[in-house]
Amino acid sequence: MIHNLHTHWPYIAASYGFALLAILWLSVQLALRLRRATTQLALLERHDARKRPGS
Amino acid sequence: MQGGFLHRFANPGRFLRLSRWLFPVLCVTSCFFLAIGLIWAVLFSPADWQQGDAVRIMYLHVPMAVLASAGYAALALCGVLSLVWKHPLADLAAVEIGPIGAVVTALCLITGALWGKPMWGAWWVWDARLTSVLVLFFLYLGHIALIQAFDDPQRGYRAAAVLAIAGVIDLPIIKFSVNWWNTLHQPDSITLTHAPTMPSSMLLPLSLCMIGFSTGFAALVTGRVKAAILETRAQQMLTRRARPLSDAA
Repeated sequence: MIHNLHTHWPYIAASYGFALLAILWLSVQLALRLRRATTQLALLERHDARKRPGS
Repeated sequence: MQGGFLHRFANPGRFLRLSRWLFPVLCVTSCFFLAIGLIWAVLFSPADWQQGDAVRIMYLHVPMAVLASAGYAALALCGVLSLVWKHPLADLAAVEIGPIGAVVTALCLITGALWGKPMWGAWWVWDARLTSVLVLFFLYLGHIALIQAFDDPQRGYRAAAVLAIAGVIDLPIIKFSVNWWNTLHQPDSITLTHAPTMPSSMLLPLSLCMIGFSTGFAALVTGRVKAAILETRAQQMLTRRARPLSDAA
């Protein structure tokens, strides 16, 4: 269990805070990028399918 | 034969099919191991007799240090695949590994500094291990900058691949710096040839964090390469659509 946390807690909290922030930032950035790319590609494919003769 | 084997996995369509199940599996595995590993590390792992609770920073610092080097090795491998076999996905993978590697290396340096202040009394010392990791961080930044430095992306990829391969020399320096020089940084606690010098109550949460961060790194790279392929396809469709207009003009 946690012992002398009061002496080192700012350093521990800062370490875990930085790491979690970085993970969150990379994950959100990736999720937005994936959603944008998927939506754009789907829109283009739908548009192309509509323009194709016989469709 | 070897080139054919590599090209089998270089097909963007095949990669997209692979990533459809691999990406969620890696994400779930990473979240599962990180949730258990980090809670165990912060709340239930014992304090060190010498370092006290500051030892809990190790559960972040060690995986970041290992992944910083492993990520750079992957970057160099992509460089070789790109220069030798013209692997179609190698350049895309290198572009996407670079920023994640830079963030991981920055986290390694930051968590190291946050551990160093209460333990050594200094945020930073020009120690061989710390300096060689700082060089690795600059190599990552140089790789990112080189890719964006040319109008022709192919020239950027080639220059970045050469830098990635040349920079591999830093990896053994990082690994063996604590043996070659008299450093303030302690030697490795876990090696392939000797039994670990830490108790299992610390080794287990560290292993869980290691698995969690490694699968998280792999998930981020897989997801970013998938996004890059989708973006390239969309760009190609837009270019194809714009061509008849420019031909008519």
